[in-house]
Amino acid sequence: MRFAILQFPASNCDQDCLHAVRLLGHQADYVWHKATSLGDADAVVIPGGFSYGDYLRCGAIARFSPVMQAVQRFADEGGLVLGICNGFQILCEAGLLPGALIRNRSLQFRCEQVFLKTAAHDAPFTEAIPPDHVLRIPIAHGEGCYFADEPTLAALETHRQILWQYCDAGGAVTEAANPNGSLRNIAGICNQARNVAGLMPHPDRASETLLGSADGRRIFESMAQCWARRRAA
Amino acid sequence: MSEPAITPALVAQHGLTPEEYDRLQAILGRPPSYTELGIFSVMWSEHCSYKNTRPLLRTFPTRGRSVLVGAGEENAGILDIGDGLAIAFKIESHNHPSAVEPFQGAATGVGGIIRDIFTMGARPVCAMDSLRFGPITGSSADEARLANNRRLFAGVVSGVAHYGNCFGIPTLAGEVGFDPSYEGNPLVNVFCLGVLRHEQIARGAAQGLGNPVFYVGPATGRDGLAGAAFASQDLTEASAQHQRGAVQVGDPFMEKLVCEACLELLATGAVAGMQDMGAAGLTCSTCETAARAGTGIEIELSKVPQRAPHMTPYEIMLSESQERMLVIVHQGREEEVKRIFDKWDLPWAEIGVVTGTGRMVVKHQGRVVADIPAKPIATESPVYEREAREPGYLAGVRAFTLAGLPDTTDPTAALLHLLAWPTIASKNWVYRQYDHMVRDGSVVCPGSDAAVIRLKADALPPRPAAGTETGGAPPTVEKFLALTVDCNGTYVYLDPYEGSKIAVTEAARNLACSGATPVGVTDNLNFGNPHHPELFWQLRESVRGLAEACRAFQTPVTGGNCSLYNQSPAGAIDPTPTIAMVGVIARPEHITTQWFKDPGDVILLLGPAVDPADPLGGLGGSAYLQVLHGQKTGRPPRCELDQGRTLHEALRSLIYGGAVKSAHDCSDGGLAVALAECCISHQVARETPRLIGAAIELGADGSGTVAAPNPPRLDALLFGETQHRVLITTTALDAPKVRAQAKILGVTATELGVVGGDQLRLRAQGQEWRWSVVELHDRWWHALARAMA
Repeated sequence: MRFAILQFPASNCDQDCLHAVRLLGHQADYVWHKATSLGDADAVVIPGGFSYGDYLRCGAIARFSPVMQAVQRFADEGGLVLGICNGFQILCEAGLLPGALIRNRSLQFRCEQVFLKTAAHDAPFTEAIPPDHVLRIPIAHGEGCYFADEPTLAALETHRQILWQYCDAGGAVTEAANPNGSLRNIAGICNQARNVAGLMPHPDRASETLLGSADGRRIFESMAQCWARRRAA
Repeated sequence: MSEPAITPALVAQHGLTPEEYDRLQAILGRPPSYTELGIFSVMWSEHCSYKNTRPLLRTFPTRGRSVLVGAGEENAGILDIGDGLAIAFKIESHNHPSAVEPFQGAATGVGGIIRDIFTMGARPVCAMDSLRFGPITGSSADEARLANNRRLFAGVVSGVAHYGNCFGIPTLAGEVGFDPSYEGNPLVNVFCLGVLRHEQIARGAAQGLGNPVFYVGPATGRDGLAGAAFASQDLTEASAQHQRGAVQVGDPFMEKLVCEACLELLATGAVAGMQDMGAAGLTCSTCETAARAGTGIEIELSKVPQRAPHMTPYEIMLSESQERMLVIVHQGREEEVKRIFDKWDLPWAEIGVVTGTGRMVVKHQGRVVADIPAKPIATESPVYEREAREPGYLAGVRAFTLAGLPDTTDPTAALLHLLAWPTIASKNWVYRQYDHMVRDGSVVCPGSDAAVIRLKADALPPRPAAGTETGGAPPTVEKFLALTVDCNGTYVYLDPYEGSKIAVTEAARNLACSGATPVGVTDNLNFGNPHHPELFWQLRESVRGLAEACRAFQTPVTGGNCSLYNQSPAGAIDPTPTIAMVGVIARPEHITTQWFKDPGDVILLLGPAVDPADPLGGLGGSAYLQVLHGQKTGRPPRCELDQGRTLHEALRSLIYGGAVKSAHDCSDGGLAVALAECCISHQVARETPRLIGAAIELGADGSGTVAAPNPPRLDALLFGETQHRVLITTTALDAPKVRAQAKILGVTATELGVVGGDQLRLRAQGQEWRWSVVELHDRWWHALARAMA
């Protein structure tokens, strides 16, 4: 499987995503933000960082880059797109995912390990995560508080688009487990078509036991499993 | 445009003495122009010239088999770490700017040190910081002062976070201390480490006659005018007001682009020399590159991109606008440079040429505004042997005894107090604001004795033809480095020589606890005004101790920074020679953390419980004396370097043998604090500590180490800071073997107790105290957040 890892000016988790995906034995290549095509990529990862310095608003400038037009077309055709951290912010800004990410309730940047409950196991990003398995994956963001109006949240729930929620070690979705004030403890969601997802935690930093957790691999493995099934079909 | 006439008053305003002015005229053979006066003033500031410290710095060990680029040669030293790989690292201060504007002051400090590293051709992969502030807790009568200290602390931390997080390097370790001496003059020392292959070392030299000189990065503005000169004078309310414009504004986004573009450019081989425009901006970068190459350089200022209209040559030359680089390019390869800068959408301009005249010629619209021999100004700055006199306060310090001090009657409360003391308390309030995991290399995150980073292939700069791709490179051997930064300023104040030895020894001990062998040091000498004989004595004695200790641990000093004039109107800071030390861990299985692992493990103390030769039993200058008795006095613990070396080597041998499950250094707060930290410092995730108790019996071992001629005082036993001690754990099965091995290796290993339960239980001298690990953790983990709420 071939992953395209987008590179915006000041993407800074591009190398981490490339590393994590290659660890799983997949191919991964960088795609520059000025590119107008994704080549023969089977999936797209929009990595974390501070694209274009995050001036104006996180992800607000990146959405206008040429490569995002290509990502839009790729997503429209059903291709798998995963946005991590700043990548999630870009997908929301680009309208590929609903809602917005605003400043953490603490008004401070937060970098720490968090626990995630997988709220829907039937998405291309979650299908390889065992039921009841609580993921431990780090966050690192200043603007990761997921926000949307009530109808949007209701729609997310109706269509089972909430993929991951912040929880405690036992899997309980609690106030104390929420690191940034996200509504409904939302850590990650997908679109209605379920082929575009974003999350604030970094699976790319949780792909080796040496670094404390390999839980993040499950998310990339889910994408690969889905892609292999689609190709076989 | 008319320039001010050169008067004695103007010369004095530029911080130059009449003698220095005479020397300047002798070099030029005529009176200087206004622009030239400005150039000399910044080049001969302490910050750039080390004119007050150079004779002292020469005493540091700077050579060694692994030193590829030594101290003072270039922007940062470089050490070989084997397999064709090398590391570049350095620490630098941004104290005065941070006192005036904490957020930008700290942010640009990070920016500056990152630039020093990629200028060497290395990819920056991690940062550390060492911070000092005035107290943030205390009596409500002092609320205004405390609030100001908190404002500075919060601002500095968010500045470091902003720049490092956005640039995308983990701020992986650090230290924060609080003491009244830093009130009004906080310390902000930042460290960066980069990685490269041996053949990728870049030089800051203007080589090759006729080679064009490029300017890369954002336009030059009036910000940061003469910041280097500002850093080289006492900090007063008036100077801070006046110098607010000397604080620059940082743009980490721009820096990230400049870094990536420069590394990509270096891979092409088109670069003849490269230098960042840091302190003293265009001035320093042009004359230093020419001086290093023995060439001359000629630049035209009207070609320099400018942000403000009508900037004078003086302003353009002295501006410290951030994120700018000077790049000397091989003639005929200009197009490659332009292609790469354009790819990264970076402003660039060709501003001059390398000449063979040995002179730095600065023109403005064709008119010569400065014409100075490059080598003399860069290398022949005045050097001073300052007068030194032992400070009067030391007599009182040495006379201090424990005679009038009642022994502790309530160790239970004392330990809780110490754990919540901001200098000892967990620094999670700080490091959770730093991205400490980006780049997928953080094996041991902040919170253990030393941080550990894994270097993999993508830590290296791009190779030729590989472009920004690192995937095509041949396999690179993974490396593991341990990093720590340490200095107990109180010890150094109480005994500059002994205290400085302790700073180096503690750094080396922290690395040993993580399983690492130290390879090098970068130091940041934060001291007061060198014109004051007592303060200069502190500096001289401190350097003597540092040099001796660095020799003992075979850690060459690869570079660093001197920050003098650290004083507010209330007086000088405690002398603070910050030591950043880097070590190599041979194999990943040697990586060791400080927290207790499993119930049933046996706890051993390596080293003496109390130093029998220290009449204060390790309480001199201790946290205990400061927190429980409000006294900052007494001779600090003795530091026998041989004893330290033996301990560290023994510890590493035990770790290599595979029997050591945890290792934690005993320092601030003594044995009781160290034991508590072993129980409570393992954080699994947000709101999820892994707490584990222990049952300890001090003095039950019968090995004789605890039983000094007289039983030691309880406070010395529990809270004394005797040097050369490490707490380790092993399985019960391994414990006898480890004790025997330790003995062979020349270190006493005393069995203190067993890991397990939900309490820390401590028995000594027939008494027992108990603390719930939940309460210990609560006091320690939340102390800073509570102070800052």
